[in-house]
Amino acid sequence: MHHVVLERWSRGTSAVHRRDPRVKALATLAFLIVIATAHRQLPWLATACFVLLCGVTLAARLPVRPAVLRAGIVLSFTVVFAAMSWISGDPARAVSLLLKSYLSAFAVLLLVSTTRISVLLHGMERLGAPRFLLMVVQFLYRYLFVISEEAQHMRAAALSRGAGAGHATRRSRLQAAGGAVAALFARSYGRAEDIHRSMLARGFSGEFRTLESLRLSAADVWFGTLAVLVPILIRIVIERSV
Amino acid sequence: MTGTLIEVRGLRFRYDDGTEALRGVDFCLHRGETVALLGANGSGKTTFVLHLNGLLTGEGEVTVCGFPVNRKNLPEVRRRIGLVFQDSESQLFMPSVIEDVAFGPLNHGLSTAEATARARKALETVGMAAAADRAPYHLSAGEKKRVAIAGILAMDPEILVLDEPTTFLDPPGQRSLAELLARLPQAKILVTHDIPFAQAMSSRAAFFREGTIAAEGAVDELVRRFNWGPLG
Repeated sequence: MHHVVLERWSRGTSAVHRRDPRVKALATLAFLIVIATAHRQLPWLATACFVLLCGVTLAARLPVRPAVLRAGIVLSFTVVFAAMSWISGDPARAVSLLLKSYLSAFAVLLLVSTTRISVLLHGMERLGAPRFLLMVVQFLYRYLFVISEEAQHMRAAALSRGAGAGHATRRSRLQAAGGAVAALFARSYGRAEDIHRSMLARGFSGEFRTLESLRLSAADVWFGTLAVLVPILIRIVIERSV
Repeated sequence: MTGTLIEVRGLRFRYDDGTEALRGVDFCLHRGETVALLGANGSGKTTFVLHLNGLLTGEGEVTVCGFPVNRKNLPEVRRRIGLVFQDSESQLFMPSVIEDVAFGPLNHGLSTAEATARARKALETVGMAAAADRAPYHLSAGEKKRVAIAGILAMDPEILVLDEPTTFLDPPGQRSLAELLARLPQAKILVTHDIPFAQAMSSRAAFFREGTIAAEGAVDELVRRFNWGPLG
């Protein structure tokens, strides 16, 4: 599971890991804006930003190659839209789409790989993100693994009863898949009810309290300033000089 | 405060689909007791325990540690009665073990430092102190159960209610759980199908049948009377 790997990475102790989550979230946001609004000299800018992100990955003592490959997962979605742009006669737009989506995914991957999810969500809450949305993210993150495991068990049960043996028609396969999704939804719903009950049983009254307490240090301020300014400066330099 | 921790009189409950799950249950739990709730699936055991801390509300009277279970008293009631759910996976929803165990104390208004101290002490009690910073989904079923119990102990309850505590546990896990529960001083209610576990842990039992308590007494006596023993 990808999020298990990210969870392990996020428990590192590098200087990047230790920075305040609010600073890292804002720096990531600034990076995304720099990338999303760039139009001129995009390949050069993308190359420079890629090197910058690789540098941050090294500074965070994370494995560069797996991180680079994981960020590429987003391409499986954007490549369709890029292909459509290419076919419609706009190859520059297609390349731009691929580069921007990849770099954005890489930046977000670095954020979640260097910040434990509870700390990140707490930081987002302090930045004003809606608490309900953050709770949904937290529960999704926690139970994605469990739901995936349940889906795997259901698949194993189906295979052990001859599914996939080649005798089933496409229609019956689709019916079986639909039934499996419905069963998975029902189980997830039931689990959600159990989780809510267990929260109420431990005194939950609607406000989510955590152990995390955030304090902004001088190092955080310096890191944040640099992390915001460097991509902006890179863009200015490249757009003016190349 | 007398020795009676839980007093239930004439409890009735009907689910939204019309199923009458409880049909007039009377029950008492005294300080220091461990009571096993036995009976078939669907006989009302779990529905009954969900009334003890106000997760379900039916007709009748439920009093916990002197507090009638009603909306006004829910925080006090839930502080005093800890419910350990059958599937620990549903109880461990926080990203790390220590955060999960501290969830209850934080909800009851303790400061971060106090909640952390309570959580660490509870983890020590269940022998899981070394797992404090681990993610719950990396734990084995037995470890998850221990952490789920720690999450309840951290609230310093007077009563523990455990719903099918031995489910998902292998025999060493069951033994280890039994040893842990035997060490804990709280009064306990065990909802279980595991007769050897009930025999080892309980001072008495109540047998549920069709939404009522059909009989109370020693576990062995009820097992014989209702032919409720394991195979062989």
